[in-house]
Amino acid sequence: MGFEINGKTYETDEEGYLVNLAEWDEEAAKYLAIEEKVDMTESHWEVVNFLREYYNDYQIAPAVRVLTKAIGKKLGPEKGNSKYLYELFPYGPAKQACKIAGLPKPTGCI
Amino acid sequence: MDEESSGTVKKFAFINRKAPYGTIYALESLEVVLISAAFDQDVSLVFADDGVYQLKKGQGTKAVGMKNFSPTYRALEGYDIEKLYVEKESMEARGLTEEDLIVPVEVLTSQEMATLMDEQDVVLSF
Amino acid sequence: MLHIVNKSPSERNAMSSCLRMAKKGSTILLIEDGVYAATKGSVVEKDLKAAMADMQVYALWPDLEARGMQDTVIDGIKQVDYAGFVDLVAENKNVQSWL
Repeated sequence: MGFEINGKTYETDEEGYLVNLAEWDEEAAKYLAIEEKVDMTESHWEVVNFLREYYNDYQIAPAVRVLTKAIGKKLGPEKGNSKYLYELFPYGPAKQACKIAGLPKPTGCI
Repeated sequence: MDEESSGTVKKFAFINRKAPYGTIYALESLEVVLISAAFDQDVSLVFADDGVYQLKKGQGTKAVGMKNFSPTYRALEGYDIEKLYVEKESMEARGLTEEDLIVPVEVLTSQEMATLMDEQDVVLSF
Repeated sequence: MLHIVNKSPSERNAMSSCLRMAKKGSTILLIEDGVYAATKGSVVEKDLKAAMADMQVYALWPDLEARGMQDTVIDGIKQVDYAGFVDLVAENKNVQSWL
């Protein structure tokens, strides 16, 4: 499975997550966001970029509880809470934002 | 996942005794540890025997084509898993010191490790 | 606490690590290749005998018999069958398997 943008193909798994993290780029993120029915704003990009940075540091996609806490630490308490993150990603910040960020499905997400 | 779990909190220890890439034990253990964090239990991680090698700094797996999961041990703190123990005898027998490890740990003697394991409600062996 | 060892003491360090990290009053059960540790002349015989001063040691006899080691078991080691194995697991608060 996968999709194609401007001649570049992106492989995805059965749930729509990118198979190769390295293939990710902004175009892929925009495509995946449309698939998720998420209208990307600056606030969305902030979370997506945060997730990519987190993955780069720790080699895992964080569980939502961990993501919330980490965002609070880095971007302030007004952003480090479930309400804010669910408003941006209604179907679950860890799941939806991770997908858009090209990360695998979070470990420890129940 | 945000809700507080209502069940009683039990003491869980994960005993890690295998080196990281030769077998799947280390990675499997780490994944179970991350999942266990969602259940708000009292989790301890023990590294003994070749398990100490899991925490060695400077791992680079690019050339062997495997995922380097050692940075993930540094994420454990964010998952509120902060009890990491290394057996002194195992560490020293491998020519390692605490400075060689990717995360801060508490070093325990075999005797202290014996007591720690004995106190657990559940021991998971890897 | 119950400690289960299933590796030969001459091939792996599971048995010696178990003896090093088992608390006094613990129970040790030897199964599969671990039963070689229960036999006279094994590399851990001395250490095991010393540990038996304050630990109970059991060996699974079907595994001893399978390996032809049933006649050379160290004195003081008790032999159990599979039902006895289950009892040991049930009567101990927790179990560590020295894989």
